Amino acid sequence: MRTPISYFLIVSAMLFAIGTVGVLVRKNALIIFMSVELQLNAVNLALVSFSRMHGNLDGQVLAFFSMVVAAAEVVVGLAIIVNVYRRRQSASVDDVSVLRG
Amino acid sequence: MPLDNVVFWVFAPVSVGSAIAMLFQRNAVHAALFLIVNFFTISVFYLVLGASFLFAVQIIVYAGAIMVLFLFVIMLLGVDREETLVERLKGHRVLAITLGAGVALELFFAIRAGVGFATKAPPSFDEAVNSGGNVVALSRVLFRDYFFPFEVTSVLLIVAAVAVMVLASRPRRVFTRAGSETTSEDTTSEETT
Repeated sequence: MRTPISYFLIVSAMLFAIGTVGVLVRKNALIIFMSVELQLNAVNLALVSFSRMHGNLDGQVLAFFSMVVAAAEVVVGLAIIVNVYRRRQSASVDDVSVLRG
Repeated sequence: MPLDNVVFWVFAPVSVGSAIAMLFQRNAVHAALFLIVNFFTISVFYLVLGASFLFAVQIIVYAGAIMVLFLFVIMLLGVDREETLVERLKGHRVLAITLGAGVALELFFAIRAGVGFATKAPPSFDEAVNSGGNVVALSRVLFRDYFFPFEVTSVLLIVAAVAVMVLASRPRRVFTRAGSETTSEDTTSEETT
């Protein structure tokens, strides 16, 4: 493989930064959640790149675990968003300023 | 020009471009579709990096299961709602983009300081580490060194499934003995809204 590993790391850093901007700027709770997924994927890409760089598979195993945790997190998060939507009839984070039901 | 270089330079702009396009979509369904494109490009990167198992898992779990769940919820909540462009906090968008650029720059310099820009992978990765195929090598690591965490993730998945069943179930109506109908906490607020 001729491509330097750091190129993959730079792509991963850019995706992470884009995800950060998405979380901060957008107001639709679903799109904020998608941006968080983008950040998780960026970190996974960095982990796999480091695994290649160091020549062992621990990074890939960690990326695998992070995918499992992301799947669990998505399921719970989407259920919470649906519940909030049922109460407020809105998925905008501006409308959910108090935790009280 | 070696093949992996070509693949990288074809897919890296697509990856970053689809992420930025996701950021600017007003419609949530379009944003989800761009995110799926982005997940596919990341899976191609996994293939280039020699992680063929994660390539398959990325497509099946992320692009398949998770994004279908997202699309399902978007459709469930209604796709015609567009978010307002009113800023509740003054200058919040400009500050957020500045902060994002700051994060990108910081990571950029961290990569330069930490690994340098011309770091090559060890040339014998496929022979030495992926011996017998990536799946076999990965399972060897997973079921020897990481067996306990692997079992813990199964507990985590069961807990998540139970939690979602509790969260998503509509509260049941409770009938008291006197015949008057009292409701548990949720239905009263539904009547008022």
